[in-house]
Amino acid sequence: MLEAHNLQCSRGGHRLFSGKSFKLDPGTLAWIRGRNGSGKTTLLRTISGLSPVDEGEVRWRGRNIRKHADEFRRELMFMGHAVALKEDLSPLENLRILMQIAGRAISAPAALSALAAVGLKGREHLPVKYLSQGQKRRVHMARLRLSRDCPLWLLDEPLTALDAEGVAALQGLLEEYLRKSGIVVMTSHQEINIESVQSLHVQLPA
Amino acid sequence: MERAGFFSTLIWVLKRDLLVAMRRRGDLAATLFFFVMVASLFPMGVGPEPQMLRIMAPGIVWVAALLASTLSLNRLFASDYADGTLEQMLLSPEPLSLLVIGKMLAHWLISGLPLVLISPLIALQFDQPVESYGAMLLALLLGTPLLSLIGGIGAALTLGIRGSGVLTTLLVLPLYVPVLIFGSSAISTSASGMDISGQLSVLAALLLLGLAATPWAISTALRIAVE
Repeated sequence: MLEAHNLQCSRGGHRLFSGKSFKLDPGTLAWIRGRNGSGKTTLLRTISGLSPVDEGEVRWRGRNIRKHADEFRRELMFMGHAVALKEDLSPLENLRILMQIAGRAISAPAALSALAAVGLKGREHLPVKYLSQGQKRRVHMARLRLSRDCPLWLLDEPLTALDAEGVAALQGLLEEYLRKSGIVVMTSHQEINIESVQSLHVQLPA
Repeated sequence: MERAGFFSTLIWVLKRDLLVAMRRRGDLAATLFFFVMVASLFPMGVGPEPQMLRIMAPGIVWVAALLASTLSLNRLFASDYADGTLEQMLLSPEPLSLLVIGKMLAHWLISGLPLVLISPLIALQFDQPVESYGAMLLALLLGTPLLSLIGGIGAALTLGIRGSGVLTTLLVLPLYVPVLIFGSSAISTSASGMDISGQLSVLAALLLLGLAATPWAISTALRIAVE
C-alpha cells in the first residue's frame, strides 16, 4: 500500500538520509527510529507530502503521492509535532474543525462522545489554553478514534506528554486499528509495546 | 461520518477564524482604533483649515484604511503556522485555495468591514458632503476585500521569516496603490457631484481579478513556506 523508494532528504543543504526504501502492507506498524536530528520528522513529513524529496518517491496504492495528492490526503491522518489546536477554542470546536479540514464532517454528539472516551469529559467547552499538554494530546487521541476508517496514520511523537494511563489508551487504540488493517508510521523516543501483525523498524543514520 | 463538502469546509474555516477573533476582541478593536487615530491625526498636523481638509479627506480615509489593514496581516497565517493548523490545512483533501478563501473572507470581516462601517464618522469629521457618503461606502466595500486579498499574498510570502512584519508591509503597500488611486478618486469625484461608475467599475474589476488569482498565489506561497 505505502511504498518508499530510494528516498533522499536534506534540510538546509545538510543531507539527512539517502536510499531509504520500505514497503508497508495493511496491518503494519512502522517505527521510525534515530537520534535527535537524524531526520525522523522530516521522513514523516516527506511521507505525508508536506516536504519535498531530493530523490526517490513515495507511492500510495502504487501511485505517486505528489501527483495524486487529493486521493492520498483523503486517506491520510497526520498528527504533527505541534498540537494544531487553537488556544481560544474549546476541545469540541477544535476537534470538529480538524475533522472537517480532513474532509470528514462529524456531528457534535459524535465529537462529544469521542472526547469523553479519551477522558476529557467536563472539559469539552473549556478553551484549550486551560488544558495541560497531556490533555491537548488527548484531543488528538479523540481525533484518532474518529479517524479509524482512515487507512494511513502518520504520528509524530504521539506519546509526548501522555501519562501512563494515556499511553495505555493510545496503545489499545493503535492495536485495535492495526488489527483492522490500518497502517501506522510513527516516531517515538519512548518505548511502547504494541502488538501488531507486522512491524518494521526504520533506522535512520546518526 | 460523512464526507464533507468543500463548501462546508470553507464555512468551517471562516467560522473558526471568526470565533478566534471574537474571543480576542482586543485585536479587533486595535485595527479600528488605529484607523480612527490615523485619520484624526491629519487635521492636527496640517491645521484646521476646513477647505483643505475637505479636499484631503478621501485620500486620508484611504491611506488610514491601507495602514490599518496591514496591521493584522502578520497574524493572518503566522498563528496557524506556529500551532500546526496550517500543516493540517495543507493536508486537507479539499482544495487549499478554498480554505484560503475562507480565511481571507474572515480577515475581511474582522479587519475590513469594521472600517467600512465606521468611515462615515471620519467623513463627518472632515465635513464631507453627505452625497459622497454612498460613494465612499461603495468604494470601500469594493476596495477593502482587495486589500485583504493582496495582503494575504504578502503575509504568505513572508511566512516563517524573522522580522517579517515590516517586510510584509513593504511588500504589500506598493501593491495597494491602484486601490488607493481609484478608491480616493471615487470619493472626491462624487463630492464634486460627478459620475463615479468608472472608478467603481475598475475597483470591481480589480476585486474579481483578485478573487480569481490571489487564493491560488497564496496557496502556492503557503506550500513553499511549510516545506
